[in-house]
Amino acid sequence: MAVPRREAGLCVTGAYKTFRSAEGGEVHALYDVSLDIELGEFYVLLGPSGCGKTTLLRAIAGLEPLDGGEIYLGADRIDQLAPYKRPVNTVFQSYALFPHLSVWENIAFGLRMEKMPKPAIAARVEEMLALVQLSEVPGRRPSQLSGGQQQRVALARALAKQPQVLLLDEPLSALDLKLRRGMQGELKRIQRETGITFVFVTHDQEEALSMGDRIAVFTDGRPAQIGTPKDIYERPVSRFVADFIGETNFVETELRPPPDALTAVVGGVEIEVSAARGAVAAGPATLAIRPENITLTSPDASELGGRLVELTYMGTDLRCVVELADGHRLRVRVPPPFGGTHLAPGGAVGVRIAPGLAKVVSES
Amino acid sequence: MTKAGWRGLLGATGKARPGQLSVGFAVPAILVGLVFTLGPVIVIGVFSFLSQPETGGGVVYQFSPEAYRHFLLQEDFLGNTHLDLRYLRSFGLSAFQALATTAVCIGLAFPIALWMTTKTPRAQNFLVLVVTIPFWTNLLVRTYAWILLLSDKGTVNSVLEVIGLEPRQLLYNSGATLVGLIYTFLPFAILPIYSALAGFDFALAEAAYDLGARKLGVVRRVIWPAASGGVMSAIALCFVPAFGSFVQPVLLGGGKVMMVGNLIAAQYGEARNWPFGAALSVIILALTLLGAFALLRWAKRSSQKVSLAI
Repeated sequence: MAVPRREAGLCVTGAYKTFRSAEGGEVHALYDVSLDIELGEFYVLLGPSGCGKTTLLRAIAGLEPLDGGEIYLGADRIDQLAPYKRPVNTVFQSYALFPHLSVWENIAFGLRMEKMPKPAIAARVEEMLALVQLSEVPGRRPSQLSGGQQQRVALARALAKQPQVLLLDEPLSALDLKLRRGMQGELKRIQRETGITFVFVTHDQEEALSMGDRIAVFTDGRPAQIGTPKDIYERPVSRFVADFIGETNFVETELRPPPDALTAVVGGVEIEVSAARGAVAAGPATLAIRPENITLTSPDASELGGRLVELTYMGTDLRCVVELADGHRLRVRVPPPFGGTHLAPGGAVGVRIAPGLAKVVSES
Repeated sequence: MTKAGWRGLLGATGKARPGQLSVGFAVPAILVGLVFTLGPVIVIGVFSFLSQPETGGGVVYQFSPEAYRHFLLQEDFLGNTHLDLRYLRSFGLSAFQALATTAVCIGLAFPIALWMTTKTPRAQNFLVLVVTIPFWTNLLVRTYAWILLLSDKGTVNSVLEVIGLEPRQLLYNSGATLVGLIYTFLPFAILPIYSALAGFDFALAEAAYDLGARKLGVVRRVIWPAASGGVMSAIALCFVPAFGSFVQPVLLGGGKVMMVGNLIAAQYGEARNWPFGAALSVIILALTLLGAFALLRWAKRSSQKVSLAI
């Protein structure tokens, strides 16, 4: 078991949580989860619904007891503490604003619980209202606010306690796309300004890539990969990660032992590939190739050829589907000026896969 | 009625939308309501300002405010009037019994209702059914059951005897009346509080925990405000009928506990003073309306939903 790092932010070691399903089966919401979240980091827990990310967040908050494992905040073990004793606060997915209290009273709620003196509460609430740009509406009830404003109140209420870690449970999922983009920038700004560690749960991969300093991609109760957005996107370790984040083509192939470079055969042509996890043995393997790492040429300009099956105009680019000689279909994105001239469905095209950007991924 | 008239009544002329019945269908219900609800109230109101006949019950159709004077004032043989507190005392006793009933009912109902909301939807339906079972049986029968429990040789005293305690007189006092009232009105407290809490979002309780509240703080600052509309309904639904209760003081209080309901009954019975009985009823009605009005104003101010009926 990992020894908790004394200077570290939040450290989860060997966390287990099992739920009993309605049919009586066991569901592992958390299965041996260990994470190190650094002080001041914007840490994203990303995954499909039911992958355990929200359970982990609730366990950190103290709203869900763990079946096993430990949680440390700095040198202090916090997983045995009651929620009100943890220097951790949550922004709930439904916001959970108190309907009978005004915006001002909602933000002051946690401070009153601390028995903070009244003038200090007033000062802190004003500061929070300014931080989330809600100074105009302190007297309103939550029901009189827009979704975006409610979200800001929820954020201000949690931040008012000056937690060491702020937990955000899909806080933007109820907002429409434009508002969500705005709030994403806002959250990044607030995180930079306050320097508080943010643990942010989302199922939206774009949100995760654009906001996270680091991302833990969860599946079946455990992280499949932990890394920076660039790591995760460019060097996915498994088929699940490559598929969940961004668009990817998967090609089943045979790896060749490397004399100088790792290569594989795609459509009868040997191409240079790379692997995220060090040395990979020769033999059957799965390649993940991002659509933007494939270019289309005229049929005679490339060794690898195919037939264009589908062509969709998307404005910023053309989405193409190309069928290779071995039957594999690849999705390709092409800038429109090129496609406008030679591409027509049914026609032959040349295919070029950027060397080294086809990644070997594990099947699990 | 003409054919077109019938069609209009059935909403088939195109004036009413499909599925909507014309106002004609509501007429019987409105008539019944007016005649049998408002009617007696008007009769009582009129009777209270009429005179008492020389002998026997009934009224003489001659205006007199005597009934209302009689409530507070008494004339002695010499013709001096002085304040008479006997009837006010009866009101006081009623108010005390009703207040105690309401307080105990709310105190018991709040935790029960809160506990009910934490169950699965199926279990909640079952529990609501259990709470409403008393409504299926006649109140008189249920009150006689309490006599069996509390009488000198009743169940409670038998148990006391078995565990070696002195049997005691449990029946025919204000304590027994109170027990009967609490028993009768407990469902009327549970149901509105439960329905106020039924939609409670337990994420609010989690948010309160997360923000540093402890168990009692969560109940006091988050759950109680959510229930307060239901609690107000419960107060109205317990206090008003308990104040005017009749059966429990007669059967369990043994006639020794004179509450307003019994006082009124006596005016139509032994005392043969119909106008005074009517005046007492009007006074209670006025007090009740005043209370209801205050409650609705409170509800409007605090934007809480208060229902004065189940």
